[in-house]
Amino acid sequence: METIIRLDNVSMMFNKSTEKVDSIKEYALKFLKHKLMFEEFWALQNISLDIKKGESVGFIGLNGSGKSTLLKLIAKVLKPTRGTIDVFGSVAPLIELGAGFDMDLTARENIFLNGAVLGQSRTDMKEKFESIMDFSELWEFVDTPLKNYSSGMIARLGFSIATSAIPDILIVDEVLGVGDFKFQQKCQEKMRQIVESGATILFVSHSITQVESLCHRVVWLEKGKMRMEGATEEICPLYMQE
Amino acid sequence: MFIKIKNSLNGMKKYLPLLRELVARDVKVRYRRSVLGMLWTVLNPLLMMGVMTVVFSQLFKSTIDNFAIYYLSGYILYSFINDSTTAALFSVVYNASLMKKVYIPKYMFPVSKVFSSLVNLGFSFIAMIIVMIITRTPLKITIVLLPFIIFYVVSFVIGLGLILATLYVYFRDIGHLYGIIMLAWLYLTPLFYPREILPEMLQEFLIFNPMYHYVEYFRDILLYGTWPSFEQNLLCLGIGIIALFIGTTVFYKKQDRFILYI
Repeated sequence: METIIRLDNVSMMFNKSTEKVDSIKEYALKFLKHKLMFEEFWALQNISLDIKKGESVGFIGLNGSGKSTLLKLIAKVLKPTRGTIDVFGSVAPLIELGAGFDMDLTARENIFLNGAVLGQSRTDMKEKFESIMDFSELWEFVDTPLKNYSSGMIARLGFSIATSAIPDILIVDEVLGVGDFKFQQKCQEKMRQIVESGATILFVSHSITQVESLCHRVVWLEKGKMRMEGATEEICPLYMQE
Repeated sequence: MFIKIKNSLNGMKKYLPLLRELVARDVKVRYRRSVLGMLWTVLNPLLMMGVMTVVFSQLFKSTIDNFAIYYLSGYILYSFINDSTTAALFSVVYNASLMKKVYIPKYMFPVSKVFSSLVNLGFSFIAMIIVMIITRTPLKITIVLLPFIIFYVVSFVIGLGLILATLYVYFRDIGHLYGIIMLAWLYLTPLFYPREILPEMLQEFLIFNPMYHYVEYFRDILLYGTWPSFEQNLLCLGIGIIALFIGTTVFYKKQDRFILYI
């Protein structure tokens, strides 16, 4: 099967912001005193991974193990400090729902804005507009500015837009905990549809049951390093034992 | 190298709808919930011009012919440069939350601000035409060169905006300083006074002031009806291209690290 995502020896370093310099004066002073040193923090170290088309991969690990950083690297939000990442196909990031919404605009206007943020044209969005509103069940509020929406409604709209086009790769970072019980089921149903359509799914969750039900393969990260990697049935029990 | 350029051009094409949406949003949000709505886009510059003209024409009435248009032509160009670069300056940092969640080419933020300001310049231009009709100033044929001056200024402003946006990520002081710089720039350019009242020494320095050249060009084609010389065109284009080149180079070099500082 063909490879859709390839990570080659990827490392990501952050500066710990203890020494963050925000002004010229501070910069000059620090420079003179030779204090311009940053404390390095490696969020990810030497990760190599090969993901095939149609796979659904779960990422597990404790807080701060680098799961979200890894997904952000694949979504091109971050650039790796070292190593290369190749992604062959369109990516729909569900990293945070409704990123790029403007609270002063209505749902109708935001659908076009958000669609454009995800790289889709206006004509595409016009075609999908109806189905997005149908799925989010928000027709009643289509011309209401988003600032009057509840957080659950915003999440519903965000999910509907992000999944309106069937992407090659869907990145899901713990967003399924939003909305009411009924909508959560609807989201899971939609995700299953996307999986069946042959898309690749990258999934981060602390809920092992969700990972088990959705993913064939699991990557276990620990403190920025890859601890283990393999079939869900093998890895998940080991992870639970720790 | 060529493949790189081709790739980035393809990327630009893909995000053209986003540029359009961002500009439309800026224009829409600006006057939302006001009673007169979109009418403000023309009314605002028109009233502003009214006030400024009354104030300054008392000061320089005798020395400048057709003071209203002399002043307005300079002022709307200054406002465009001021508004667009100031908005571009803050654009990257203000959109930090968005940049941390989805991939968007980062130049989108400063560039979209320049185009929103360009839309406002269009409305100001309409307002100025209204003033021209009121003051019975004839429109000269040389106005056909308008697209040229717009092109020169827009490339200059995009370049400057990219530089400022990059600087602001690393040094927040620029945010406070830039307002002062723009104020000095306003007074050092002959916008509402004749060039001749400046001391000799400052007049010499005017050739280093890009805004001076743009304003001169604009007045030539709008007010005086003279065709700008080839050198004048070359100079205005050159300033724009150099700014654009420095801007893109600086921005592209630094953009991958923005996210670590915002």
